[in-house]
This record gives sequence, structure tokens and C-alpha cells, in this order.
Amino acid sequence: MSQTLTIGKALNLGLRKAMEDDPKVMLMGEDIGKLGGVFRITDGLQKDFGEDRVVDTPLAEAGILGTAVGLAMRGYRPVCEIQFDGFVFPAYNQIVTQVAKIHARSKGKLPMPIVIRIPFGGGIGAVEHHSESPEAYFAHTAGLKVVAVSNPVDAYFGIQQAIAHPDPIVFLEPKRRYWEKAQVDPDATPEPLFRSRVIRGGDDVTVLAYGPMVKTALQAAEAAAEEGRALEVIDLRTVSPLDLDPVYESVRRTGRCVVVHEAPVTLGLGAEIAARITENCFHSLEAPVLRVGGYDTPYPPSKLEEEYLPDLDRVLDAVDRSLGF
Amino acid sequence: MTALRQAAEVVDPVPGAGAPHLPQQPDLIQLLTPEGERVEHPDYSLDISDDELRGLYRDLALVRRWDVEATALQRQGELGIWASLLGQEAAQVGAGRALRADDMAFPTYREHGVAWTRGVDPLQVMGLFRGVDNGGWDPAALGFNLYTIVIGAQCLHATGYAMGVQRDGAESAVLAFLGDGATSQGEVNEAMIFAASFAAPVVFFCQNNQYAISVPIERQARVPLFKRAAGFGFPGVRVDGNDVLAVLAVTRAALQAAREGQGPTFIEAFTYRMGAHTTSDDPTRYRLASELEEWKLRDPIARLKAHLSRSGIADAAFFDSVDAEGDELAARIRQGTVEMPDPEPTEMFDHVFAEQTPELAAQRAEFVEYHASFEGEK
Repeated sequence: MSQTLTIGKALNLGLRKAMEDDPKVMLMGEDIGKLGGVFRITDGLQKDFGEDRVVDTPLAEAGILGTAVGLAMRGYRPVCEIQFDGFVFPAYNQIVTQVAKIHARSKGKLPMPIVIRIPFGGGIGAVEHHSESPEAYFAHTAGLKVVAVSNPVDAYFGIQQAIAHPDPIVFLEPKRRYWEKAQVDPDATPEPLFRSRVIRGGDDVTVLAYGPMVKTALQAAEAAAEEGRALEVIDLRTVSPLDLDPVYESVRRTGRCVVVHEAPVTLGLGAEIAARITENCFHSLEAPVLRVGGYDTPYPPSKLEEEYLPDLDRVLDAVDRSLGF
Repeated sequence: MTALRQAAEVVDPVPGAGAPHLPQQPDLIQLLTPEGERVEHPDYSLDISDDELRGLYRDLALVRRWDVEATALQRQGELGIWASLLGQEAAQVGAGRALRADDMAFPTYREHGVAWTRGVDPLQVMGLFRGVDNGGWDPAALGFNLYTIVIGAQCLHATGYAMGVQRDGAESAVLAFLGDGATSQGEVNEAMIFAASFAAPVVFFCQNNQYAISVPIERQARVPLFKRAAGFGFPGVRVDGNDVLAVLAVTRAALQAAREGQGPTFIEAFTYRMGAHTTSDDPTRYRLASELEEWKLRDPIARLKAHLSRSGIADAAFFDSVDAEGDELAARIRQGTVEMPDPEPTEMFDHVFAEQTPELAAQRAEFVEYHASFEGEK
């Protein structure tokens, strides 16, 4: 039965369903028990599944990921919550040198079905380290898969698909969109996890986004429509592996592409995507692929974040520049 | 320097002075003196048959023979590098033989002696150091994880595995290996915190071989390492790491306590790395030859041999047969290493994921096509 859910509630219900479906699924993190997590994503789960399956860990991110590795070796499916994006770095060693490499190291004898949930991105007026977009670090690491959801439907199904998946997945949650609502039908057939999706058709410029920037891209498309410009918006949904076939199909039609993310543009996902589009659609391009993203500064104090984050106008500015070539 | 070992007070080390004497420490658990005399300890007894004693000697001797052969093979260019365990045989064999089949061990990259006791084929260890793979054995089947090279990272894996054992309601224990240098790593400290908080059935087995490559223990700790355990809230013990009997007894007791739900123990096996850190290292730059000579007097194999001879448990024929077996083992290792085939180049693509990505499949196909383009040349 279809119901209206926020992204946060959809994640909560998705986690609950995954735990009901598989007794080996367990949640680990800081303050995820009685408190239900600082964003309440795990609200009520410890009460219903017990302290052995919803574990309030000591305050140590490397410890969370490192013990998750051992639990995975023992046959468990740990879902680790990193409280905020900027706090994943203490766990970075375990993620990069162990979680990502153990399957290859063991020639497949030791699967690592670990999900690393990270609320990511800015826009909530927070202090330092609470607004970052670290996806490129993980996408650059062989052995990891990286997913970024943008809406309640993908949140509900995506978290379940990620947990059921045999490989480690960094699961990025758009924290400022946790309260965005949509209809979710739990009985619907979910789309595959590692697929991008055209969410608005248009023939003038292709706009790519994932996570929190999908909404911004859609807003830009609506504004552009008022000026008679049809933007095609694609929600990438997966950051690694990238599913770019629908993008190539689109760009061959539009000849123009703008990639939007909150992360700094230098060596960000946009750079990789631009390179691939150039390699695959060279003769169709009417303009260089343009990137809209964060600047190469530390994420600024919150009074400046509106200046730092890509917004509707910056997307439209890039669309204008693309059309100007 | 002796005072630094015995007491908690901070003493400025003499730079470059190296490891100290091994004094008659009240803390040091010993069942076999360096001279090979059996002694009793009030807290640790060992019920062991003559057969088992001979078995331990055989383990020690064969592991050392393997190690010597591996060092030679590296010098001859057959291995990229070798991390010798020379001097640490008793610590490793004693700990390894304390494990039950259903227990799990998490080694560093130097635990060849433990690997031996878990039934790992030495050639699989050689394959890692030859560069053929990252260790080809089956961790679950043998109860012995793959070598972990990032210092201390495996302590968290061991703790997590032990948390899984708890959840399974199993009566198994987990043995985490680490070195003295690793005790400075944040992750090792986190592992001990997790283990203590959850009373996980894990034992931390620290081989204090006095050096982290070139840096002496004084730079890692200003207290005896085993005393750190108290700060985490579980017992710490220091055992003579060159005494295979004491190591066996202490580790057995700690593992049993873990199985019974009493939580973790930290064991400091006080030993000495008689060789270089690896074949790329040069210990003459940072320690005195006299130090090595001193530790040779505490050789773990010589003392067991002395005990077995003196007590009549083993005779010359036994020792000869072990020597002969060692030579056979070394020959097998040599031949197997030299003849070890290189891996198929495409293998590097094949196990990155359980579920291959289209991107990686495409890279693999390009790789194959690129190499095929050279066929027929020359």
C-alpha cells in the first residue's frame, strides 16, 4: 500500500524491512540505539531488534568499520552509520585498505557485504565537518561501490538493495533532503541499484545530478522551461559504478551537458563524467561538458554556504554558457 | 635500562642503545628457563605429554628451517621480500598450538609459525612474498585469516569476528596478533576498547620483539606493554616469548577465559627479533651486535632441545630425524617456490568485486584486446 514518506522515514522502514528479511543484518554506529541516530534514521529499531542487532558502539569510527569487517567475515551483514560526512575520515584507513580490498586479497573467499551509511552534503547551517561531500574519495577506490539517493522511493528500496548486495557500498544520504516527501509503494518493483534514470525529458541541454543536487537540477529545469528551454535531467543514482549509457544517449541528442554536484569540481565526479562523455560522444558535442560544484576551499562557515553550494541560478548560468558555445 | 622494563617510572632511554637485558622479572611468566630447566609457576601449569613436547620441538625446528630457506630464496631473487621470524618461533608456535580448530587467528605478516600450526601450506605464504598473490589459503577453513600488512588493522577485525562469535552463541575464541609498534596505533587501542566494552572473546597476543623496524620499544611505550591492559579494563600478562611452554600455557588459559565469557586478555610475549625486520632492512644501523649475542643465549629452540635431551624425552636419533625432515621441507619449499607459476594477468580484474561491474568488465576486455594485438609480432 502506497504511503507518503520522507527520505528519513523511508530509510528507517527500509532498514527495518532488511532486518526482518535477514537475521544476519545488524546496525552499528554512534547514538543509533535509544536515540535513534542524530537524524533518527534508526528510530525504534533497537527497541524492536535488540542491542545485539542495533549496536551503540564506542565513539570510534575506525572501530566501527574495523569490527564490521570481522563481523562480515563471521557471516554478518553490518550496516554502519557514520554520523556525519566529515567524521568518516577516521574510518578511512579501514574502508580503503581493508573493506575495499579484502575480497580481492582473498580471491573472493571473504566477501565484504558492508554498507556504510553517510549523511552527506551541506545546507543545514552546521559547523565544520558536517556538510561535506566525500564521494570522490570512495569512487576513486577500487573495490567500493558508491550510491547516492535523492528521493524517498530510492531511499526505501536502495538501502535494502545495498544491504542485500554482496560488495561493500558507501551509501550516501542527502541529509538536507531527509524531510522531503514522496509516495512510496513498498510492493512496487524497485529499479536496479546501479542504474541512472532520466527523470525529466528535454532536448536542449542534459543536466546530471545525484543526491541533494537532483532537486536543484529539477528546479533549474522548471525555471528554464519558463524561458522555453528544455533541460533533460538525469539522476545518476550511482556514483560508482557510473551508469552513463542513458547519459550518452541523451548527450548525443542534446549535444550539451552540465554536471552538478556539491563536491569541489577539481577531480570531482564531474571531471570523470566529462572525460567519459568526451570519449563517447565527441562528435555529438556542441559545447564542452561544464561542471557546477563546490569551490576548491574547505566547506565554508554556514553563513557562506549559500554562496558555496550550487543553486538553481548557478545551474542556469552553466546552461546559458553551454548554449552560448 | 633494566629499570625501565621493570617499573612504570619513565626513564630516558639512551638513543640507539637498543633492547635491554632480560632480567629476572617477577612479572615474566616462565616454565622453561633459558638453560632448559623446567620451572613451576603458581598461576600457570602445563599438562603436556612427551609426544606433545617432541611435537613442539618439531614445529619450532621446521618453522626455523623454512624461515632460513625463505631468506636464502629472497637473496637469490626468488622472493621479492621476506619477513623473517627468527627468534620468535616459540611465541608463534606456542600461541598457535594453544588454538583449537574452531578458534580463529588474525595474523600480521610475520606469523609464519602460527600459519604452520594452522595447517597453511608454506608455499602459500611464499606465494605472497614472491608476488604471486596475497596469500592463497582459505581463512575460514583453516581458522587463520590472511596476512594483514597495515599495522594493527587486524586487531579490529579480530574483535569484530569475536563479536560475531558471541552473537552465534559459539564457544570459540579469537586470537589477534600484533607487534610492539602496533600498540601505538589508534586502531589497536580502539580494538581493545570495543573488546572490553562488549566482553568479546578475543585475546590480544603482542609479540614485543623490541623493535618496530628500527625504532626501539621505548619510543612506543613508557610503561611495560602488558600494563596497558589495565587501562582498558582487562587482564594483561607478560610471558617469556622464547619459552614455548609458558606461551602455550598462558595463551591456552586466556583463550579458555574468552570462551567462557570472561572477555579479553592482553598477552605480551617478551621476545626478540633476531633477524632483520625484512630482507630490505639493515639492523646494524640501529642496534649493537652484542645485543643479539645476548639474546642468542635465550634461543627458544636451544632451550627446548636442552630440556628434551636432559630429561631423556628425546634422543639424538629424534633430533636427527627432525633435521632430516627440515631439509626435506626446505627442498620442497625451494622447488615449489622456484617453479611457482606467475598468475594470469587477467586475474587482477577478477576478484575486485563479488558482482563484477560493467566498467571493470569493459576494462578487462580492453586489456585482453590490447595484449592480443601483440600476438603474431616478432
